[in-house]
Amino acid sequence: MLKYVFNFLIFPGFLFTAILGLLASWVDRKLTALIQWRVGPPWYQPFIDILKLSLKEIILPNPSSKIIFFLAPFVGLSAVMLVSTFIWGANINPYQTGFVGDLIVAMYLLTLPSLAIILGASASGNPLASLGLSREIKLLLSYELPFIMALSVSIIKSGGLLKLSEIVLYQKTNGPFLFSPSGIIAMLISVFCMQAKLGLVPFDMGEAETEIMGGIYIEYSGMLLGIFKLTKAMMMVIVPLFLITVLWGGFNIWKYIVLLILMILIKNTNPRVRIDQAMRFFWRKMGLLGLAAILLAIMKY
Amino acid sequence: MSIRFKALTKSIWVYHLSTGSCNNCDIEILDLLTPRFDVERFGITLVGSVRHADAILVTGALNLKTIPRVKRVYEQAAKPCLVIAIGACACGQGIFKNGPNTPNPVDSILPVDIYIPGCPPKPEAMIAGIVKLIEHVRRKKKGL
Repeated sequence: MLKYVFNFLIFPGFLFTAILGLLASWVDRKLTALIQWRVGPPWYQPFIDILKLSLKEIILPNPSSKIIFFLAPFVGLSAVMLVSTFIWGANINPYQTGFVGDLIVAMYLLTLPSLAIILGASASGNPLASLGLSREIKLLLSYELPFIMALSVSIIKSGGLLKLSEIVLYQKTNGPFLFSPSGIIAMLISVFCMQAKLGLVPFDMGEAETEIMGGIYIEYSGMLLGIFKLTKAMMMVIVPLFLITVLWGGFNIWKYIVLLILMILIKNTNPRVRIDQAMRFFWRKMGLLGLAAILLAIMKY
Repeated sequence: MSIRFKALTKSIWVYHLSTGSCNNCDIEILDLLTPRFDVERFGITLVGSVRHADAILVTGALNLKTIPRVKRVYEQAAKPCLVIAIGACACGQGIFKNGPNTPNPVDSILPVDIYIPGCPPKPEAMIAGIVKLIEHVRRKKKGL
């Protein structure tokens, strides 16, 4: 029992992933600064941001429905804590952890942070927040189907395994799924879906600082905003790690760094697209590619 | 010094509040974020919503239309929140001193923590002003 609590709160779960995620968000800010020919913040900057936010005043706006507004950030954070425990467990100790179907559970838990943001924004009672949340819902609807298609490639190729640790072990013996035609297509789709899941630039229309002033986060202040930032930082570790687990044969620090740098480069070289362009992109292009990947996987390519 | 203000001075998120300025100060503020000056080195970033802000940058001469809105924006900020008056108009009304439409200086409406004069102030002057503000907050040690 104590071991599970330790796993959940400290080692592969909350604390470890949070520190790693804040470091990853520093890498994001620093690389962005270097690309723009600036110097960028020192490495402890995200930690100080979170510390400062958690010591500030929390404002519950008057027209909001206060209980949902207050609890929404905790829903997202607890989902990420749980899913990080699963996914790290499957990578660190694949022989003992996990249960059948935890791939599907992880897929659903990774959707929960977006749902928490939607819940909190809709409770805040701000018109700009409702604009941002309608975009966020549309984005969620558009990227979720291609993401599931891409992940089902790995289920098909492993012969119907639904357990993360078994998928890792299967790839250790038979080679990663990435090095096959269907695996490459699935990875391509899931990199774009990862970008949308994390709300990074081509698909950050829900946040859109310069356009709707923070959109979904506009009414959040103090610790609640800090929890959203922390959730986002943890997602920055967990979503690439999930892709590495499912498609690239288990965790390795270099694989993670490659995905992180790819993410930051996509973020810095693209403008923000409109929501209708994003939906067209995900449903037409990525949906057809996903179908092609599934067909290739069924034909054992 | 309390950890609260130590953390605050290491990561100041600023909100830009123009109260009817000629846009000159506003452009100089945006200059601070460009590669030449890069205030993100010190953890200063521009935020879109006043709820996230630790400092409000006020520019321009307050006119009758903007006074209630400025008050409302300041009330919506999460405390502790610093107020920085930038430019001659915000500091002492500048050339609008005798204007019929601009009866109040900024510091009669908001608790201004630091004044950065100039028309517009240079980015170097603004950085110097923010350094003085940080020293001021650390010396004061009490709630703002």
